[in-house]
Amino acid sequence: MGVLAETLQGPEIVWSSLSPLLVLLGGTLFLLLVGSLTPQWPRHLYGAVSALTGLGAIAAAVALWHRVDVDGPTTLVADAARLDHTTLWVTIAIAAAVVLVSLTSSDYLVREGQDSPEIYALYLMSAIGGVTMAAANDFVVLFLGLEVLSIALYVLAASHRRRVKSQESGLKYFVLGGFSSAFFLYGAALIYGATGSTNFSRISETFTTVVDSSRRHEALALAAVALLSVGLMFKVAAVPFHFWTPDVYEGAPTPVTAFMASAAKAAAFAAMLRVLVGTLPQWADDSRPVVWVLCALTLVGGSTMAVVQTNVKRMLAFSSVSHAGFMLIGVEAALHLSTPGAAAGHQATLMYALLYAVLVIGTFAVVSAVGRTGDGATDLAGFRGLGRSNPVLALAMTVLLLAQAGVPLTSGFVAKFGVLRAAVQAESYAIAVIGMVSAVIAAYLYLRIMISMWVADAESGDDGREPVVVAGATRLVIAVSVGATLVLGVAPGLLLGLVP
Amino acid sequence: MIDFPILSLLVLVPAVGSLLVAVLSKRQPDLVKAAALLTSVLAGGLSLWALFAFEKGSDGYQFVSQHSWISEWGISWHLGIDGISLFLVVLTGILFPLVIAGVDPHHDHKRYLSWMLLLEAGVMGSFISLDLVLFFVFFEIVLVPMYFLIGGWGYDQRVYAATKFFLFTMVGSAFMLVGIIATAVLAKADNGNITFDLVKIAEHGGLATTTGRWLFLSFAIAFAVKVPLFPLHTWLPDAHTQAPTGGSVILAGVLLKLGTYGMLRFGVYLFPEAAVWARPVFLTLATIGIIWGAIAATMQKDLKRLVAYSSVAHLGFIVLGTFALTTEAVTGGVMQNINHGISTGALFLLVGMIYERRHTRQIAELRGLQKVAPVFAGVFMIVMLSSIGVPGLNGFVGEFLVLLGSFPTARWWVVVAATGVILAALYLLWAYQRVFHTEPDEANSSFAELRAREGMLLLPFIVIIVVSGVYPKPMLERIEPSADRLLEHVQEHSDWQVPVAESEGGEG
Repeated sequence: MGVLAETLQGPEIVWSSLSPLLVLLGGTLFLLLVGSLTPQWPRHLYGAVSALTGLGAIAAAVALWHRVDVDGPTTLVADAARLDHTTLWVTIAIAAAVVLVSLTSSDYLVREGQDSPEIYALYLMSAIGGVTMAAANDFVVLFLGLEVLSIALYVLAASHRRRVKSQESGLKYFVLGGFSSAFFLYGAALIYGATGSTNFSRISETFTTVVDSSRRHEALALAAVALLSVGLMFKVAAVPFHFWTPDVYEGAPTPVTAFMASAAKAAAFAAMLRVLVGTLPQWADDSRPVVWVLCALTLVGGSTMAVVQTNVKRMLAFSSVSHAGFMLIGVEAALHLSTPGAAAGHQATLMYALLYAVLVIGTFAVVSAVGRTGDGATDLAGFRGLGRSNPVLALAMTVLLLAQAGVPLTSGFVAKFGVLRAAVQAESYAIAVIGMVSAVIAAYLYLRIMISMWVADAESGDDGREPVVVAGATRLVIAVSVGATLVLGVAPGLLLGLVP
Repeated sequence: MIDFPILSLLVLVPAVGSLLVAVLSKRQPDLVKAAALLTSVLAGGLSLWALFAFEKGSDGYQFVSQHSWISEWGISWHLGIDGISLFLVVLTGILFPLVIAGVDPHHDHKRYLSWMLLLEAGVMGSFISLDLVLFFVFFEIVLVPMYFLIGGWGYDQRVYAATKFFLFTMVGSAFMLVGIIATAVLAKADNGNITFDLVKIAEHGGLATTTGRWLFLSFAIAFAVKVPLFPLHTWLPDAHTQAPTGGSVILAGVLLKLGTYGMLRFGVYLFPEAAVWARPVFLTLATIGIIWGAIAATMQKDLKRLVAYSSVAHLGFIVLGTFALTTEAVTGGVMQNINHGISTGALFLLVGMIYERRHTRQIAELRGLQKVAPVFAGVFMIVMLSSIGVPGLNGFVGEFLVLLGSFPTARWWVVVAATGVILAALYLLWAYQRVFHTEPDEANSSFAELRAREGMLLLPFIVIIVVSGVYPKPMLERIEPSADRLLEHVQEHSDWQVPVAESEGGEG
């Protein structure tokens, strides 16, 4: 024992720097332990605890933000994680997603008669994985984060016990997700072979301080870059790794879909920036064309396939594919290392991830309400005549859809403007034009939903479906989302100065 | 200069009015309409005040208002008007209250009026923005209310027409947004920093020739769709035919002007060299548009579609004047913007009135209206003559100046385009003849005469048509200095030489 204790010396841990993670973990354990040992809590209480945990994580991250301002970025737990503004930005985005999704879920689960603590524990667990991914400074830690995020999401996707589609969605996501994780892990292993380390700092040092070219293993490293990219591109649903998206998004309970589109995407993009730009800049010239092609495919593919769908959840699934394409524009710009586009691309990607997260959760909150009991009415017909029966809800949805289309004075325009600006600064004009053209194609899809709500005759929509009821917490989520969309659309300066 | 932020108010008043109307109760339609009317009259009053306070003979931007907006990106709230935009602002300020007062939608007044006011805010903003991104913001915002107006209150094919309108325009602006960002990033006009300020970029110059040409094209596509220039005009007849009367009036009256105005302000002014380089293409497309629009108008069986195609022809003249690049031609083009807005706006109102009475716009089903409604026919005649460009009415001044001014620099194009004037007389007079002459059949014999309220609505149009046709000097005095300055700017930044005119074009 004594020998072991000497040889296995634990790293020094500054616990306070991990406070957002600890808050999320505390909330998870509380819900799991106390929630499962006590009889059913009053309605909405599980959700409230989960939302409060998310708020706590945001508060902790904000407190740390000021510390990073003063002390500068640091690494934690023996260089395994990194505490910088990027970590905290993504933490805040994910925690905000937890808050909003918990509130939507609360109404959803009460409506479906499935209110229970484990769903919220899974959201928080998944958020822990996401934050870990964003903070990772080591491929092993990144993989841990990825798995924690993903496994919780597989269960969440299948969490509606009475809907076969939900089960199917969970299984599909699990099989394909496991497959892509294997790719990622293989890539990490090859990186170890090529550089002798899995640590981000040491990997990039290998190529900046050690000039000895015999330690480079080009072929291994290139294969690793490719495999790692596959794993990450799968998570952000870039074409051609998107095939799971429509089925999983459609089948999963709507709030879970919102969580996948917001938190999981934000975490994966943070990881992508860390890996491709931060850790492996030596191969930027090799990874950039790959990202370029995937970006173009994602933009065009996502928006074109979205247009032919008839189910709103599937439409939004493909639309989220197309939004991933926009964020990839930012990543592509960030890979032009020596141009001003590099910093701008990094900022724009993170900004996009945050703004899109808030936007998409609001959109899915509306879809969740319109879906009615059992999530059944998510086809386009379910939205027919909404402008007449629920004008306020329809107006909120209109604002959110216009923002997704990138109409000015909404946060969607700010997000798009940011990535386009980065692309132009990196002189990637072609991808900027492809992005804008695909935005027009995608606009057609949002118009279709709006036409259904406002223009289509109300009579034809009155086909005996139950009326749309928007419960209190969902209302709050939609209001927050619409408010943020408009306020940040008019005054983006509130955030622009902060984005790392 | 006046400290009162008149231009900011021109945008904010209708925007706030739109919100106000949106929150008012649906059960008080009179209150809703009064609020909407009051807001639009207030904005109209502000625009008239700007007209009278406008210092004539001055060529710079007036009533300038500049505040930082998104300083991280170099975007500012920069507004100002000069002779080129002044009358477009006034036209917007006049048309909206008239449309709101005079044309009632079939249903859902509240939402209709709310969209109308938002549209006004967007259009006003587009005409007075002196920042590229700010302009783009307004230019894009305009699409949303117009889309809902066509889609919500239009005729049978409204969804198709509204979607086509939205997507066509958005494709154009997609290229423009990339162009705007690239222009600012490459020009670095603010002491090496990125700024989107139009004036700073234009005066700074400094874009390489080829770059400038590409960027010019990215802007020009957006404006060419909006104008619309042949062959991008196919959305226009659909949008016009399907839009409700009020929407058509605004669409023809001010929305299309965003394109021609943009060509001048953000095409020629920002990229003088490229504009000179692209002249032959635009002159040719404009001329094709003039002839094509006229021929297509002749063939139409639907009265509203006929007027829509006549717009394609008329706007061709404006583009011709813009790219002829002489003071007279540019001044004439700017003036023609206003004339077309007035006369085509009035034509759409009249066609709307015919539709309300007869529930058809088919020329073949109308005849002999002159017998049963002589006053109506008289008003129609005056408006139509103004649209044809008969001397003594407003249409003549603009068209004549365009042709006169373009002759020295674009001779052969003018020779072809001038036949468009004759064709305009042909299709409009022929339509008039079929609709108003001969004996009315049974269905048309009960056609109601012009009502007092309709007369009141049309009266301002007639007054403007006659007054600015007989005495255009006040308008020309205000437009010309700005047109002059624009052309000086073009000469400075390119090898273009404006031919010296023997006489000052101003006698009309």
